[in-house]
Amino acid sequence: MSERFQQVAIVVNGEHVGGRLDARKTLVDFLREDVGLTGTHIGCEHGVCGACTVRIDGAVVRGCLILAVQCDGARVETIEGVSDAGEIAELQDAFIRRNALQCGFCTPGMLLSAQELLRAGGVPSREQIRAHLSGNYCRCTGYQAIVDAVEAVARARRGDQTRAAIDAAASQPSVTTGRTR
Amino acid sequence: MKVADDAPSALSALDRPNSYIGRSVPRPNLARLTQGRGQFVSDLTLPRMAHVAFLRSPHAHARIVSIDTVAAQQTPGVIAVVTGAELAQVITPWIGVLTHLKGLKSAPQHAIAVERACWQGEAVCAVVARARAEAEDACELVNVNYQELPAVADAETALEPGTPVIHPDLGDNLAFQRVHAAGDADAGLKAADAVVETTFVFGRHTGVTNEPRAVVADWNPGEARLTIYQGTQAPHMMQNLFAKHLGLEEHQVRVVTKDVGGSFGIKVHTYADEMATAALSKLLKRPIKFVADRMESFSTDIHARDHSVKAKIGVKNDGTITAWEIDDLTGIGPYSVYPRTSGIEANQIVNLVGAPYTCPNYRARARVVFQNKNVMCQYRAVGHPIATAVTEGLIELAAAKIGMDPLEIRRRNLIADDAHPSSAPTGLKFEALSHHEALAHLDAMMNYAGLRAEQKRLRAQGIHRGIGFASFVEVTNPSAAFYGVGGAKISSQDGVTMRLDAQGAIICHTGVTEQGQGAEAVIAQVAASSFGVPIECVRVITGDTDNTPYGGGTWASRAAGIGGEAAWQAGKALRANVLACAASILQAKPEDLDIRDGLVVDANCGAERLPLHELARIAYFRPDTLPPGFQAELIATRHYVPRAWPFAFTNGIQASYLEVDIRSGFVTLLKHWCVEDCGTVINPQLVDEQIRGGVVQGIGGALYEQCLYDERGQLLNANMMDYLVPMAAEMPDIEVGHVVTPTADSELGAKGAGEAGTAGAPGAVMNAINDALRPLGAKPLTAMPFTPERILEALGRI
Repeated sequence: MSERFQQVAIVVNGEHVGGRLDARKTLVDFLREDVGLTGTHIGCEHGVCGACTVRIDGAVVRGCLILAVQCDGARVETIEGVSDAGEIAELQDAFIRRNALQCGFCTPGMLLSAQELLRAGGVPSREQIRAHLSGNYCRCTGYQAIVDAVEAVARARRGDQTRAAIDAAASQPSVTTGRTR
Repeated sequence: MKVADDAPSALSALDRPNSYIGRSVPRPNLARLTQGRGQFVSDLTLPRMAHVAFLRSPHAHARIVSIDTVAAQQTPGVIAVVTGAELAQVITPWIGVLTHLKGLKSAPQHAIAVERACWQGEAVCAVVARARAEAEDACELVNVNYQELPAVADAETALEPGTPVIHPDLGDNLAFQRVHAAGDADAGLKAADAVVETTFVFGRHTGVTNEPRAVVADWNPGEARLTIYQGTQAPHMMQNLFAKHLGLEEHQVRVVTKDVGGSFGIKVHTYADEMATAALSKLLKRPIKFVADRMESFSTDIHARDHSVKAKIGVKNDGTITAWEIDDLTGIGPYSVYPRTSGIEANQIVNLVGAPYTCPNYRARARVVFQNKNVMCQYRAVGHPIATAVTEGLIELAAAKIGMDPLEIRRRNLIADDAHPSSAPTGLKFEALSHHEALAHLDAMMNYAGLRAEQKRLRAQGIHRGIGFASFVEVTNPSAAFYGVGGAKISSQDGVTMRLDAQGAIICHTGVTEQGQGAEAVIAQVAASSFGVPIECVRVITGDTDNTPYGGGTWASRAAGIGGEAAWQAGKALRANVLACAASILQAKPEDLDIRDGLVVDANCGAERLPLHELARIAYFRPDTLPPGFQAELIATRHYVPRAWPFAFTNGIQASYLEVDIRSGFVTLLKHWCVEDCGTVINPQLVDEQIRGGVVQGIGGALYEQCLYDERGQLLNANMMDYLVPMAAEMPDIEVGHVVTPTADSELGAKGAGEAGTAGAPGAVMNAINDALRPLGAKPLTAMPFTPERILEALGRI
């Protein structure tokens, strides 16, 4: 049994965590159960839904497809860390204004995936945004509001729109009204 | 494009100063969800909490000869191994029938199978351990000796004499049958110039909530109370059921529902494993947690939509519909689901076929049969996607046959907007619908004529695009007619308690629940408008049977229409109470005062008389300064249930524009439109997002989703790799429009909007595909999901 438990050191959101870990424990279980970071969610446990999305050494990965012991020596960032650091504040704000989340279960993973695209710079097309987010399952929104929010932030970061215009775009669905009877 | 934000409601009754009705106010609870600070049940940990894993039957139908738990019990970390027979000492079985579905029958269902497993995935043994992984380890050491029994997999043969009867005590495999006849269908068909007859088949699919079902049950013998933390849509309903089957009084059970990771009707039913978790907590006297894994979700979350509908329409050459006829067959698994039953979906299909149209001649039969597959029950838009696809599919096939434009045939048959109140051939009562207004609005919004021209131009280039429509009606705001009259303890009324806190803010307790649809925002908007404070001063509390008025929760598109009206009335009542207090302080008449923007003001000129925080200070801390005999009551409760109409029917129409690659059979969705009429729109953004999310869920059923079973009742694709769901890359942008016909049953006038998208989308997509392929001589596609394989088959390419 000696090889089943391994001593590992992981930096999670800037804090040194780790210890003797069961080799079979996935990173997402480790984060949720051992570190108490429940913002990273478990949706499918086979790498499809993206609810467990985290960053390891800056790269976006599926927390359910990697073992915690594989992260020995790595820097792991979760939604809590990225959020507290203020890195995605405008993206979070755009999601709220555009109602780009309903139940919110997919949202942490969705935000980290969107931020990965936005960090590449430029203003991606709606098709590119959709393609980039196609590994993150959302059952509630139908995705359009999410695409709108990400697009609005990309434009804002490029600085080609005023803050007020971004706010308006992010907060407004395209409502067309018919007659009141 | 007109932006509706901040446009005041057209309704004078709601046109209070600073009204939030009709404004896209952001939801108050979103920031924490974007920061990973939600409180989902799967996140919850309690002291002494243990985890349960269920060993589930690998067979669709098997006798449980013996269960050997010795090895599992000796596994490190294991606290208990409990069989169905043992757990039956703690929790009683249930039968999912209601009296208003006449003849519906079902068999007793246990929390854990006793003697016999009736579908692959039914729990046969529970293992409780310190950690879920340890519990799963020990499950592998439980040795169950099964005697496999013949499985009834195919609904088509379930009623044949040679087929085994799943529950011999019931006599046969027919759970429920409804036959309905209105007008004279035979005469109608005889009078028709053209008759179209086909069979529509719908793939059995499921909700795939991103957070699987989750429950933490905490029986505390010290206070003889059971606290259930559950991702549910109906906390009070569950309180009743946990109490009833665990031998408790309802006041001994508290159901707490915080964040729920997606519901869609999946989380409004009694699940055997969740009931078992509560029973295990009572048995073991400690908190027990159960979170379904994805395989368990696929094999035990309710399935829906598994219907095969033989259908017929008669039309005259002028487009007049002369008759409808349907024969629906559905297989619901081995039990009717408790307590809402598995007869409702078929019942809805009978109710709703042909419902938007004037033709009075209708004959219908629906048969609901038992089979050895996972159970089926109510899922978002219950029955509507099927009834709508059948109706709208027939209409467009008939239009093609007589050479009429698909919008024109609808114009000639939809119930006139000024013909209400009216009723459907099945007797459904319509207070006021706006089919023609909605159709005209859609026509303009999508530039139908322009799209037809584009379609024709591209067709010449070998690009095959299609346009398809679906008109629909939708059941919302249900009264007791839905469940209560059948004997279910499911509340159709809902309440809001509103109080002024000591700083002049408003605390709202409501029986409706937040599932992500925005109920908290809607209640806050209505409360702020009705009472008269900025929305930032309103806090909404939901999902706690100890701390909210008794109510039904969230289902059947009821939270905004019913919970919203309760909030509106509670706000008025509290305003009256507060103004009585203000009048006492100010030595004024209450009718000369109003509350606006957090201030007591002169009702005529709006001049400030007293800030609410000052009123609260006096009422709570210096009541000695109030006149003798005056007692301030800074709290009010009001309830609401629709009484004038059994349901507030809404209506709408959708359109799909898509392209079919005739070489690969792949469908590319280009655009989707929906115009709907949910009455008063409280929050345009939230309504639009309900429509969009609903449309995409409907598209899932049309193009991708199906629970595939083999002939032995084995579920073949219980994972997200093989069961396809809509992802961002394949989904179109969806344009949403509104016609506003408020219900007169409530002052607010709001009807439901949560299911309209799902109701119409599959039919619209089906019609668009057939529109794209019709010039190629393809056989009409009527079996969902429309996979590339089925499309190539229809084209005769494979």
